[in-house]
Amino acid sequence: MDVLERIQQQVDSYPIVIYMKGTPQFPSCGFSQRASQALAETGVEFAYVNVLEDPEIFENLPRFADWPTFPQLYIKGELVGGCDITLELFQNGELKTMVEDAMKGWEQSAEQG
Amino acid sequence: MSVQQQIEQKLQEAFQPEFMEVLNESGNHNVPAGSESHFKVTLVSDRFDGEKLIGRHRLVNSALKDEMDIIHALALHTYSPGEWNERGQAPDSPQCLGGGK
Repeated sequence: MDVLERIQQQVDSYPIVIYMKGTPQFPSCGFSQRASQALAETGVEFAYVNVLEDPEIFENLPRFADWPTFPQLYIKGELVGGCDITLELFQNGELKTMVEDAMKGWEQSAEQG
Repeated sequence: MSVQQQIEQKLQEAFQPEFMEVLNESGNHNVPAGSESHFKVTLVSDRFDGEKLIGRHRLVNSALKDEMDIIHALALHTYSPGEWNERGQAPDSPQCLGGGK
């Protein structure tokens, strides 16, 4: 499968997915650490992809959504932004609403599906 | 021209900011002294009025397209003049965790 198709499949398969350097438990970059921490604090489960372990994704994710940096947060298949945006949305309370809504919508469509 | 000056010049041209601060934070990271790898930009401009965060960051990323290829990290804080008046400062950048790449 083409790498862009693989990324598309990932963001379609998980309502909330963060592409980061390292893992939420062992982040390798301060920006990835902060963004994944903010996500974790919403209390909603999320998926992650460690881009340092997948060179193909590391190389190609920037052109997937025309976004040059890591981390990248996707909710319901759409790019939300990087670390600074994730943190700002967390601090003003929007992130929690967004991830909860994404989860709700996801469970409903899974039941119907 | 240093990378820092380059960033300042391009942002000045693209946004005519009311306030702009470009900090070289490379010294906080695992790179040789004098590097220009990690920057923090705070930008206040009426170009950001009514624009969502992702749209604002896209505008900056595209204004700094050439620089994004050579620097490693850009912490980005974008405000409309009204938001900046209420807030008055940008958050601190994260510390380095040594991840490289």
